[in-house]
Amino acid sequence: MELFGIPTALLGSQLLVGLINGSFYAILSLGLAIIFGLLNIINFAHGAMYMMGAFVAWIALTKFGINYWWALVLAPLIVGAFGAAVERVLLRRLYKLDHLYGLLLTFGLALVIEGLFRDQYGISGQSYPVPQALAGGVPLGFMYLPIYRAWVVVAALAVCFGTWFMIERTKLGAYLRAGTENPQMVQALGINVPVLITFTYGFGVALAAFAGVLAAPVFQVNPVMGSNLLIVVFAVVVIGGMGSILGSIFTGLALGVIEGLTKVFYPEGSSIVVFVVMVIVLLVRPAGLFGKS
Amino acid sequence: MKAKRNVLLTAILMGLSLGAQAQISGGVVKIGVLTDLSGGYSDLAGQGSITAAKMAIDDFIAREKPDFKIEMVTSDHRNKADIGSAKAREWFDREGVDMITDVTNTPVTLAVMKVAEEKKRIVMEMGSASTLITNENCNAYTVDYVYDTYALANGTARTVTQQGGKTWFFLTVDYAFGHSLEKDSAAVVEASGGKVLGSVRHPFPTSDFSSFLLRAQASGAQVIGLANAGADTINSIRQAGEFGITPNQSLAGLLIFLSDIHSLGLQSTQGMYLTTGFYWDRNEETRAWSKRFFEQEKKMPTMAQAGNYSGVYHYLQAVKATGSDDADTVMAQMKKTPINDFFAKGGVIRDDGRMVHDMYLVQVKSPAESKYPWDYYTVKATIPGEEAFQPLSESRCPLIKR
Repeated sequence: MELFGIPTALLGSQLLVGLINGSFYAILSLGLAIIFGLLNIINFAHGAMYMMGAFVAWIALTKFGINYWWALVLAPLIVGAFGAAVERVLLRRLYKLDHLYGLLLTFGLALVIEGLFRDQYGISGQSYPVPQALAGGVPLGFMYLPIYRAWVVVAALAVCFGTWFMIERTKLGAYLRAGTENPQMVQALGINVPVLITFTYGFGVALAAFAGVLAAPVFQVNPVMGSNLLIVVFAVVVIGGMGSILGSIFTGLALGVIEGLTKVFYPEGSSIVVFVVMVIVLLVRPAGLFGKS
Repeated sequence: MKAKRNVLLTAILMGLSLGAQAQISGGVVKIGVLTDLSGGYSDLAGQGSITAAKMAIDDFIAREKPDFKIEMVTSDHRNKADIGSAKAREWFDREGVDMITDVTNTPVTLAVMKVAEEKKRIVMEMGSASTLITNENCNAYTVDYVYDTYALANGTARTVTQQGGKTWFFLTVDYAFGHSLEKDSAAVVEASGGKVLGSVRHPFPTSDFSSFLLRAQASGAQVIGLANAGADTINSIRQAGEFGITPNQSLAGLLIFLSDIHSLGLQSTQGMYLTTGFYWDRNEETRAWSKRFFEQEKKMPTMAQAGNYSGVYHYLQAVKATGSDDADTVMAQMKKTPINDFFAKGGVIRDDGRMVHDMYLVQVKSPAESKYPWDYYTVKATIPGEEAFQPLSESRCPLIKR
């Protein structure tokens, strides 16, 4: 069977692969959207934090023998704590200034972190094995689906919707949202806003690190793995609407699928299709698909 | 009157300095290692190339006791042609650099070669792959020392096809290097009785290859030729394993360095064929040198890094033999003298700048076969230089008169 001259089997497998990549986009852009929405910081260090998550997992396995499942918990905690420290020591000083300063600081930070890892571990990267329980794959008829990739989709979606639920449906989330609307008022009601903000940044960064651990068995763990991905993720945030949480989840998944389809019909264009979509969306809906203007 | 006198004085001074120090400008031979110290090629060249060049200089001083001084400068071209050519210009104009080694990165090499030709200085190129360097863009001041896409395609594609891999599908990185690697390899496959079923071009760089690999899988080809390099190759090999492509279809890496295998591990690379200009564990001589390299770098040398030692040493010998650092004189001497060291036996630099030496077809060992660290390859065949490299009769280099 064929559709537009492409066998449907191939099309189906590309859709699935697109969805897998989309879940990486979703989880990364979610972290960015939370940090931007609640802190007004354009976190250029997000890619570096994703890379750190993958490296923490790799170091934990090779140096301490800590397995994948523990890494999935530990790496976000460690990198999140690092993020919280960065917020306390550096970012805090910039809130009164223009967005641009936060962007410059985090960009510089990303370069420093990447440079340190490159100096220590070289550029070719390290191999992280797929955990035993998720090794192998299942033949679906139209494609061979590695079990690990399926797990990535499930884990990423669970974390994304868990985060959405926490922010939109819990008391903590309500504090967070209120804190960004009117910090003075929330402070006056007896809630410690600076701690809330530190927590938020740390949480956003921990999401990136979680994505990093998920990515480690798929991609080579490499100091520049984050910077290759970051620009696409920024485009996802812009398309979804700056600061919109559901928007960034849906847009991440959708763009993964669009990218997958482009790889079938015009592979050479697959690295720019996200940006073409971004241009179109900005022309038609400058606030992004899910943003409020 | 005054001007005339000044000219005369200058001439006298120049004569004095010539008399005092033969023909070596300033009594110093200065070598510049221009390489990628921070980007995608920094593992296969980078700091290791600097170490190898430094070893060559130290060994040369210790063994040959030259009556001139040798200095070395280093710089990171950051894989940008403009930065590389600006640095080369600065080195030639202001710092009196006589020879630039390594380079590694085709666009940077092409830019640096141009400057070298203009300034009449020498470039010894170690890590760049494109055959443009010794064909359309060749010049009299450049040596391409280690390998090129022609030799790699020729070695790997021919052997794999002859051993029964009759149908091919190419995974090609979408820029000049990938296109030329695919073209060269496809020609070899067809000449050896194989058939190319198709190809897919992926953007540079790509981290997720699953879509492209699924197309390669759907093609049903016996062999998937990887016409890409560095991180792209590494990720394509990893993910081919993940999607169950290997071992049903086999992969042929058309440009793979020892550092790539080290990074990937033997589990996902075992059984692959590849062509290399140097392997550290080939014989006593290569082992002896490589172990010295290892003591400093804590890793075994790639072919590009080993080439830096051999090339710098050969250059210095030519300087000593002619007592000159004039580029034309030294180049003539380098071309006249065969290269015999741990890197090459009877290596010859042709007029198009190609250093012709034996290449090695190797197969990656399985984890069980690998007995000690860095024990990665079994050498399957030695490809004589004349067979490995493009013959002069096919050359597109304007320097070759026919």
